[in-house]
Amino acid sequence: MNIDWAAFTPWSALAGGALIGLAAAIFALANGRVAGISGLLGSLLQPGAEGRGEKAFFLLGLLLAPLLWGLFGALPAISFDGGALSLIGAGLLVGIGTSYGSGCTSGHGVCGISRLSPRSMLATLCFMATGFITVFVLRHLLGG
Amino acid sequence: MARLSAFVAGLLFGLGLLLAGMADPAKVLAFLDLAGAWDPSLALVMAGAIAVAALPLHLAGKRSRALLGGSMQLPTRRDLDARLIVGSLLFGIGWGIAGICPGPAVAILLTWHWQSALFVAAMLGGMLIFTALEGRRGR
Repeated sequence: MNIDWAAFTPWSALAGGALIGLAAAIFALANGRVAGISGLLGSLLQPGAEGRGEKAFFLLGLLLAPLLWGLFGALPAISFDGGALSLIGAGLLVGIGTSYGSGCTSGHGVCGISRLSPRSMLATLCFMATGFITVFVLRHLLGG
Repeated sequence: MARLSAFVAGLLFGLGLLLAGMADPAKVLAFLDLAGAWDPSLALVMAGAIAVAALPLHLAGKRSRALLGGSMQLPTRRDLDARLIVGSLLFGIGWGIAGICPGPAVAILLTWHWQSALFVAAMLGGMLIFTALEGRRGR
């Protein structure tokens, strides 16, 4: 294994993670809800889902975060890999997969593991595994 | 009040993603690329988030009502089923292709990159496909 020390940003990673954890804690204690983004998006698409108002306001905050950030400094670099077709395929897989799997990185990976949920631990193992394998196949086997 | 706290939580969540580097697909892919020049940062994002959230979420799980008075809606299922596994495996493939998961996808939407808009549209399309398939099965 070859660690890219120049790209390693431990302090901002820990601090950003702590903010994410704080947000999840507030949403769970004050609103009684899990900060799982795929679940929140999914219930906005369902007309009769409960608590749509609160969920929409959480997502609105998430959506506006870069604008608030931009008031105080330059946004971090955001660079994409791949063209339109691969983004569409990836988006479809993420949408369908998180629906069947009842969650994503935030709901399972952060909130669920924090709650020691066996479902979330298994889900996180699964998506981390295919995430690692997919990048290995695309970058090293297919050489893309 | 519940909407205000939801909004603040969402805002903090998004700022955390931006600060952590999770909003940059290239950095996410560098974390997922174990065989390349590996950037372990995102493991610390998860560690930091779990370290802060573990106790509050444990306490939240013991409550019968939320602090703002609403009912608790935390998931209670503990069974492991094929849908959970297959769905999560598929999600990981999509995550590995684009380096974007749902949180960052929303958090970078207003940075006006066409890629994030296209990804979000496809992701919502995937969720609608799921809803349609489930509706046909009659639940």
